[in-house]
Amino acid sequence: MRFFGFGRRRGSAPVARERLQILLEYERSPFSHSDLFTVLQEEILAVINRHVTVDADKVQVKVDRGDTVSRLAVDVEIPNAPSGAMSLRLHEEFFGAVAR
Amino acid sequence: MKQMRKETQMSKVLVVTSGKGGVGKTTSTAALGAAIAQTGQTVVVIDFDVGLRNLDLMMGAERRVVFDLIHVVQGIARLPQALIRDKRIETLFLLPASQTRDKDALTEEGVALVIADLRKKFQWVICDSPAGIERGATLAMRYADAAIIVANPEVSSVRDSDRIIGLLDAKTAKAERGERMEKHLLITRYDRARAARGEMLSIEDVLEILSIPLLGVIPESEMVLRASNLGAPITINNPASAAGRAYIDAARRLAGEQVEMTIPVDKSGLFNKLFGRRAA
Repeated sequence: MRFFGFGRRRGSAPVARERLQILLEYERSPFSHSDLFTVLQEEILAVINRHVTVDADKVQVKVDRGDTVSRLAVDVEIPNAPSGAMSLRLHEEFFGAVAR
Repeated sequence: MKQMRKETQMSKVLVVTSGKGGVGKTTSTAALGAAIAQTGQTVVVIDFDVGLRNLDLMMGAERRVVFDLIHVVQGIARLPQALIRDKRIETLFLLPASQTRDKDALTEEGVALVIADLRKKFQWVICDSPAGIERGATLAMRYADAAIIVANPEVSSVRDSDRIIGLLDAKTAKAERGERMEKHLLITRYDRARAARGEMLSIEDVLEILSIPLLGVIPESEMVLRASNLGAPITINNPASAAGRAYIDAARRLAGEQVEMTIPVDKSGLFNKLFGRRAA
């Protein structure tokens, strides 16, 4: 948990405030109304599928929205690699440029 | 999903509902879901409040929502992609509601498929109903095996609970099959002192009026607000608090344990200063 160094203030309200600020900034942005994740997922999968066939169930898209940038992780499990499944991980940072 | 237990013989679908808003449905869904998951059973909590989701906030997962219930219903995302695993309890998952889509995107058939799929993966499926008696609320209860009716000891809440009980007995798949819907009353925000002074309906009053079995009484507790500020169910953030203990007892009763009905009291003073505040 982060606190802002106001002496010994230890209430939970500052945490609530910070969480809401990050969330609402995102929800007010055009991103929250776009299908960005859906589009990214489809396009990334299409690229990978040109080379290997992947099961759509084995794709995990994860996001962690921060206050200045958000982190997107696309985790694709690819079968038939020499030693079991290979995991391909793509990280992308986005939002930053546009949201700020 | 890998370590999801396959021996999930019986899966139970619960709806947490109330009619009235603001009585503690979402808080209770998060608290009960976490309490059950802490025993090692697999639990998914689903937010049915399309357009006004809040369960993600109560679970502290609001930054991690990618896909939601409507994406799954519409086939845009697979169920495993929309499920968010809790960072603290690994058997606890969240299926968020959509914040931006039209709530009419939820169809009865779509919800039926998602619930059937979740039954295969989880021992407990807990549906957090939106307030009201409209489509969202009836869809949340539609495929439930049992209902938790959350009520405050206050006239409008009790009246709305009665209305919801009527809907549970008429509009659910179970009721339509001629089966009896299992119902549990969870009284929240109970203030012992005000009830003693006769300023608040007593537990007995509420039970007599609604005549459904009591699952638990959650005392009014400042720790509940604190847990919601921090984005942690009270049963994770402060299981030793009065509300935390009351939810844990209620969760044990849900699982079929015989637990004596008591209304826990917050231990004042040093205990809370050391314990209640530690998690921040």
